Amino acid sequence: MADSPIIQIEGVHKYYAMDGVQVHALRGIDLTVRQGEFLAITGPSGSGKSTLMNIVGCLDIPDTGRYRLHGQDMTHMDTDALATLRNREIGFVFQNFNLLPRTSAVENVETPLIYAGIGKKERRLRASAILQRMDLAERLNHLPNQLSGGQQQRVAIARALVTQPSLLLADEPTGNMDSRTSHEIMDILVQLNQEEGLTVIVITHEADIANRASRRLTLRDGKLEADR
Amino acid sequence: MNWTDALQLALQALWRNRVRAMLTTLGVIIGVASVITMVSVGTGAQERIADQLASMGTNSLVVRPGSITRGGVRTGAGTTSTLNLDDAEAIADLPGVVAVSPSIRGSAQVRYRGTNWGTAVEGVTPSYIQVRSWPLATGEFFSTQHLKMAAHVCVLGQTVARELFGIADPIGETVVMKGMACRILGVLEEKGASAWGSDQDDRVFVPLTTAQRKLMGVTYIDHMEVETRGREASFRVMDEVKHLLRKRHRIAAGQPEDFRVFNRAELAQASEESARVFTWLLGSIASVSLLVGGIGIMNIMLVSVTERTREVGIRMALGARRRDILWQFLMEALVLSGAGGLLGIVLGIGSALALARFSQFPVSITPWSIAVAFLFSAMVGIFFGLHPARKASHLRPIEALRYE
Repeated sequence: MADSPIIQIEGVHKYYAMDGVQVHALRGIDLTVRQGEFLAITGPSGSGKSTLMNIVGCLDIPDTGRYRLHGQDMTHMDTDALATLRNREIGFVFQNFNLLPRTSAVENVETPLIYAGIGKKERRLRASAILQRMDLAERLNHLPNQLSGGQQQRVAIARALVTQPSLLLADEPTGNMDSRTSHEIMDILVQLNQEEGLTVIVITHEADIANRASRRLTLRDGKLEADR
Repeated sequence: MNWTDALQLALQALWRNRVRAMLTTLGVIIGVASVITMVSVGTGAQERIADQLASMGTNSLVVRPGSITRGGVRTGAGTTSTLNLDDAEAIADLPGVVAVSPSIRGSAQVRYRGTNWGTAVEGVTPSYIQVRSWPLATGEFFSTQHLKMAAHVCVLGQTVARELFGIADPIGETVVMKGMACRILGVLEEKGASAWGSDQDDRVFVPLTTAQRKLMGVTYIDHMEVETRGREASFRVMDEVKHLLRKRHRIAAGQPEDFRVFNRAELAQASEESARVFTWLLGSIASVSLLVGGIGIMNIMLVSVTERTREVGIRMALGARRRDILWQFLMEALVLSGAGGLLGIVLGIGSALALARFSQFPVSITPWSIAVAFLFSAMVGIFFGLHPARKASHLRPIEALRYE
């Protein structure tokens, strides 16, 4: 199972309208990601990174082409099926953390478990355990605005991991951080990849972040350019 | 997501905006409270009217002599002398008839020792007090025996008793009218003015036969009150009374009747109908404020959905399905309207009781008005909460996540 393909993308195109102008954001993407890979996608802004990320994350569906996650074609799924797929298989980490405001760390981490239909006690147990692993045992009941940037991102990673997904998607996870904190976050991601075999995809424009990945891709004008 | 989770999320969200939530609820509180108060006032009025109608004898018919045409001259209602005691007794035998009270009216100067008083004299039968549901204050009413013998006895109304005797006890005393001495058997309770403003207590009652033979020298009666088994029965009895009297008076088919029958139930129905309309009117005016309260909920929920677009996006990314988002926001609207409903019931009952205490309005708080107001508020919650909740649940995750 170690290198069975988790992501199979074939000939994906994506268009969207921006201020009435149609933008051809993705122009034929082919990509296969195997289980346990640590993939970095770089590229200048406007190259289609976020669009690709939304499709990989099942937040959006391609206009043409095919995307299979664990062999399941998601291009014809309805919104509820996509939601369930995201809940089970994908953990998101965003640049601006996207924690629920005025909601404690542990409640933030519990949120995906609510939608997975896990009971209250079990939720609290799992969320606390994973926050402990992120060295946040002392901060369970802190609100996001009472936490530092690094701590907030660790809460976000805990929230992404709590459903035990097979894929972690991180969109500029260190974008708003000083270099020490960003290395700290990257250490966590690398550790998760190496010790637990979690498949990680990171979108970044910082070269030293991308260099920590086992595989790097560059996206330019909606096309994958360098895949080495 | 099950409903306890949805409820918990809703309560958390409302608690974070508690001032706003309280102000929104206030709209529903006032709406529900005013529906309950207004319907209580309306129902109170309805019950008072029903009481008054019951005291008038709402299940009864009134039979009066009618008009006859003699040589082309129509004499007008009540001018003939076609009804008599035998007619009354025949009607009393009809099924559905509880009692018949025939009567004849005249006037007399009633003298007692040094004083006198001009008043109406009414010849009635012992069933009169039952048919009119008019109890005695003291003494007794005359009996069938008195009626048979055309006895020289009488019963006074409160006004007559007061004018002739003041505070003294009139029972057993003798008054004289039209040269006939009458022993006083009893005094009726005070009845007050009739619906048409005449003093019902300014009257002396004597046995019908006594009035006919000794005071007026006639054989007819000019009024008959027929008590029936109930409102439903009254309409059927009315037809039967007409049929019977036509037969007894030998009126050929197609000829006009020489009597008139009125159904009091018709009057009662009209009054009760207008009281019911009054209640509905008050209730619907009040429910306008409940509607406004509901619009307040929709307003605040729409604002809330817009403000929390990003939250919706995050939740969707984390795996919330459309119905999870729908439930969360709908639950918030339901909690607002439900809490408003409950507090409104308390306030509504309180203000209805206060109104009853500090004003002369009769107030009647009925369980159904409370239930209706509460259900209505819950429906307002669903109706006005559904649109914002649907709006939230139909957001597209990528757009919602990007929302600033």
